[in-house]
Amino acid sequence: MNQLHFPIISLVTFFPIFGVLILLMIDKENEDVLRGTALAFTVIEFFLSLPLLIYFNDGTAGMQFVEHFPWIRSMGITYHLGIDGISLWIVMLTTFLTPICVLCSWSYIQKHVKEYMICMLLLETAMLGALVALDLILFYVFWELMLIPMYLLIGVWGGPQRVYAAVKFFIYTAAGSVFMLLSILFLYYYNHKVTGVYTFDILELYKLNVPISVQFWLCLAFFVSFAIKVPMFPLHTWLPDAHVQAPTAGSVILAGVLLKMGTYGFLRFAMPLFPYATHQYMPVIATLSVIGIIYGALVAMVQPDMKKLVAYSSVSHLGYVMLGLFALNMQGIEGGIYQMLNHGISTGALFLIVGMIYERRHTRMIKDFGGIAKVMPVFATFFMIATLSSVAVPGTNGFVGEFMILVGAFRAYPVFAVFAASGAIFGAVYMLWMYQRVMFCPLDKPENEKLKDLNVREIITLLPLAVLVFVMGFFPGMFLRKMDASVSHFIKDFNSRYEMYAQQRQQSLGEKIAAVTATPAAGSSAVVE
Amino acid sequence: MFDKVWLIPIFPIIGVLINGLLGRRIEEINKDIVHWVACVAVGLSFVLTCVLFFQMLGLPPDQRLYEFTWFDWISGGVLHTYVAYQIDPLSMMMCMFVTGVGFLIHVYSIGYMYHEEGRYYRFFTYLNLFMFSMINLILANNYLLLFLGWEGVGLCSYLLIGFWFSEEANAIAGKKAFITNRVGDFGFILGLLLLYTQLGAHGVWSLQFSEVFPHVHLLSPSMATAICLLLFVGCTAKSAQIPLYVWLPDAMAGPTPVSALIHAATMVTSGVYMIARSNILYSLSPFAMGVVATFGALTAIFAASIGLVQNDIKKVLAYSTVSQLGYMFLGLGVGAFAAGMFHVLTHAFFKALLFLGSGSVIHAMHHGLHKVHSHADAQDMRNMGGLKDKTPITYVTFLIATLAIAGIPGFSGFFSKDEILWQTYAHGHFVLWLIGAVAAGMTAFYMFRLVFMTFFNECRAPDGAAEHLHESPKSMTVPLMILAFLAAVGGYLGVPKALGGNNRIEHFLEPVMGLGPEKLLKKAGAAMAGGAHHLAEAAHGAAEHAAAAGHAVAGHAAAMAEHAGAHHSLFAEYLLMGISVAIALIGIFIAYTMYIRKRELPAKLAESFPFLYRLLLNKWYVDELYELVVIKPIHGFSQLLWKGVDVAIVDGTVNGVARVVGWFSGVIRYLQSGYVQSYAVSVVLGTVVLIIYYFIKALS
Repeated sequence: MNQLHFPIISLVTFFPIFGVLILLMIDKENEDVLRGTALAFTVIEFFLSLPLLIYFNDGTAGMQFVEHFPWIRSMGITYHLGIDGISLWIVMLTTFLTPICVLCSWSYIQKHVKEYMICMLLLETAMLGALVALDLILFYVFWELMLIPMYLLIGVWGGPQRVYAAVKFFIYTAAGSVFMLLSILFLYYYNHKVTGVYTFDILELYKLNVPISVQFWLCLAFFVSFAIKVPMFPLHTWLPDAHVQAPTAGSVILAGVLLKMGTYGFLRFAMPLFPYATHQYMPVIATLSVIGIIYGALVAMVQPDMKKLVAYSSVSHLGYVMLGLFALNMQGIEGGIYQMLNHGISTGALFLIVGMIYERRHTRMIKDFGGIAKVMPVFATFFMIATLSSVAVPGTNGFVGEFMILVGAFRAYPVFAVFAASGAIFGAVYMLWMYQRVMFCPLDKPENEKLKDLNVREIITLLPLAVLVFVMGFFPGMFLRKMDASVSHFIKDFNSRYEMYAQQRQQSLGEKIAAVTATPAAGSSAVVE
Repeated sequence: MFDKVWLIPIFPIIGVLINGLLGRRIEEINKDIVHWVACVAVGLSFVLTCVLFFQMLGLPPDQRLYEFTWFDWISGGVLHTYVAYQIDPLSMMMCMFVTGVGFLIHVYSIGYMYHEEGRYYRFFTYLNLFMFSMINLILANNYLLLFLGWEGVGLCSYLLIGFWFSEEANAIAGKKAFITNRVGDFGFILGLLLLYTQLGAHGVWSLQFSEVFPHVHLLSPSMATAICLLLFVGCTAKSAQIPLYVWLPDAMAGPTPVSALIHAATMVTSGVYMIARSNILYSLSPFAMGVVATFGALTAIFAASIGLVQNDIKKVLAYSTVSQLGYMFLGLGVGAFAAGMFHVLTHAFFKALLFLGSGSVIHAMHHGLHKVHSHADAQDMRNMGGLKDKTPITYVTFLIATLAIAGIPGFSGFFSKDEILWQTYAHGHFVLWLIGAVAAGMTAFYMFRLVFMTFFNECRAPDGAAEHLHESPKSMTVPLMILAFLAAVGGYLGVPKALGGNNRIEHFLEPVMGLGPEKLLKKAGAAMAGGAHHLAEAAHGAAEHAAAAGHAVAGHAAAMAEHAGAHHSLFAEYLLMGISVAIALIGIFIAYTMYIRKRELPAKLAESFPFLYRLLLNKWYVDELYELVVIKPIHGFSQLLWKGVDVAIVDGTVNGVARVVGWFSGVIRYLQSGYVQSYAVSVVLGTVVLIIYYFIKALS
């Protein structure tokens, strides 16, 4: 269905590429022009994406604004794009965060501005493409394409250990993707064997009946690939390194969108393709999520580096998301998606905040600060709002997501939910402790006495996020109602297909038992007669 | 008019927006606008509450419930929660005194905080935000919105305790308050989840009071107990009970009006309010009620014992608050919900007055010490004395509040405290009654110790600061006088039958408390026809407790006598009253002896019992214990997780895999060296191996 009869998704996806072409024509000495152009393109991009939101039809569960053309006909690869209630808000988050990233790089990035902005725009296209692609090969292309600009962002504009972090990020993620590619190819051939059609179309492959024994392995391959991206414990160690070394904008994008690719991947691909295996893996995923929540929080607590602390808090927050998604009920999944958005906003804001203070003091060590609130009251306010959102105080967006996830999880597996809820205590501990040591206490370091409060550009960068924290905290309905149809269809579809597989398994077991017990059973019935 | 209830929380939030967003500019232009905005906002809420209150009084008691659904909040699937308010006797009573006392304290703060440069607006922003949260907590018609208020007031408490954040101790105290409350909220939210899912299993997916309470009989008795206990965990943090009371004494780091408003009169009583609101739920679980009563009584005496020896004027009052909150829980726990709420009300008057009075004293001391450039502690009672003549209004009002808290007949505290003690005794909890009575004696002692040390004898302020001590401005003394009036006469709202009154407050709250066991039984009976087996059990549990909670329901002396047995007559009630008054007088007398007549006694006693003295002075070393048992181990464990597990094992494995791959590649690199000779050698070797292989194969 495409209600606009216009390839709006293609426009939104590839508009940044157009920006890249323009940037290429600008002299690299004109740094402010480059920055301005990049900003203009990302802002226009955001407005271009608004029709997706405005014309989105809440009532249907299916794909909307669909574009479907053959691409490589001989192999059954199609150019198939579409958006539903699950991807809509993540797409919006992407187009919303990118201008903010350009803004926050304004003075932070001083070398190779042109290349930097080109990377940002390329990254935006890749992320959007991965979110709207409905063809597995198309998805895979965008998925891998995301790595390159991100790799460069970390490796060229990063901190002192940037090369190690960039290589680790790239190899870790790429290694995971290889398994997914294998799994995709298997599905492709298996589908041909069963239906006689070569296709990578995800909506077609959903219908495929994958034998249970194979399903586990295919599912595992997808899971590993996405779990690295999320990242789930114990596959998370690339994240703190990448975050600490990445420039501010890189961290914001990484936390805000790239990590969501993992959780989105679970929802879009792994879970609906392999319902039976997903169902069987539920306890494992839930366990790892809960470990992630508590482990991430505890490790965050003792970090001396602000950025690393926020990075570990991401592990904890994403643990909540995963727990919600695998609760497999309305509250859990909607809460999980909501928490993805929240994490993009609150953690994005926290990374911006850390970046702003780093730009002033060239250190991120908590012990180098203290009493900053006295000299930077506006900064202190934004920092407090982001902190509250991160610790999920009711009235902020964080609470909505966390509460829904807890409700969902409590219905599915109460014991895990109890442990997950305890994470809220540690969350408060590490965030407030950091806030106290950085912003409160006596202003006893002379270097900190002359710190300037936020300038107008920085306020403009943070203000939309701060406003969203409260809007999403008090009026979550605006966001959740657009997900309802898709999510409830997802659950219904998942459950019915799970039932089907479960019956198959029952039958095959039954047949086996019948085969084994056939003879004596016949004998005994004869006796009865 | 009831549909305008949403305006009550709206006024303060408008104040927050004005002062929060523009406050810095406004303060530069004219400081007065800041406090005008804040005070008017709360004043309007108070006026509107009064209007609604009296309108509600015009309705017959059984129709005093109005629910207003404002907008949809968190919903998804079967989960539906709303921002919705409820007008009933309980919420209106709370809202009346919260906005009323809140307004007085806002006015008081003008005088107290006026000298704060550059953050005057922040103070009033937080104060208004607190009012907004507190009103939401009270008016909410469901548990989730109540929780919004619950955490919201905690947040404001955190912000206000750390208001002077440049002192590390204040910042730490704020954080401690927030985190301790988070521990409690962990229990609270689990209680909510359990309640929600358990009722949901019976098809009632709701957190709304008017949906939940008529169906709580569907819960199995063990589940009801679990839910009640989990919710009570939240109360132990928010209302400072054992074991999570530790944050409240430290919270005195905040400005004194904050201590009065948040940490004495309103926020800390929200736990009491929550249990009183959930009285039907608690009535299902005698065990949970017993726990509540026991913890209340223990807290009452434990905190009082610490209060005996503290020297900081605000610390004494803080422990006194903890102790008084204990009484309230004792009342709730024995089923006297209305009596508990009555004590909330009178306590709000006299304790707010005590704190504001102490604030006036500190204000005077501060200025006096400032004048002579002394760095002596303005809150240490050892530096005070003789203030009776310097600050006469403060002295008189303070004395009234002290008489009230000490339980001297005629003052408000006497009626409410005595009601709780009497009910405790009447329900057969003799030990708990004894604890409460002893704690009452200690209360009288430490409060009069405070009065004598502060207002009597000679002034001990150093460096001639005594010359500069003077009474506080009007904006501070007028609220004191109003509160003094309320603290004196507030008790007449609930004069018990035994003293010729008719316990109005209990009758007033009846529609809320009265929904209890009797109607519940009927409901259960009707539902039993449906065939659910455990309903019978629930009804049975309710019936068992009906007598205990039944008192709150009926409030008739007859029902009471029936339960407590024929022995407890009016005579018993008079006797107990006499005993508690005697205990209070003894406490006062001892204080008089030690701090007026024989002032060398305290030091001697401290020398004679050094261990006990140090134990009490150091608050039973509970903070140190928590540090040792909870905080240090968690911190150490986290360090271990980071350095030992995350860096060494998890990341070590990742890097190890990378290294192994690198090493392996390095080894097999020799296979492709590019030298023709080495390739030739491998060809020859391969041929030889093959020949040998086929040779052996042919042989065998």
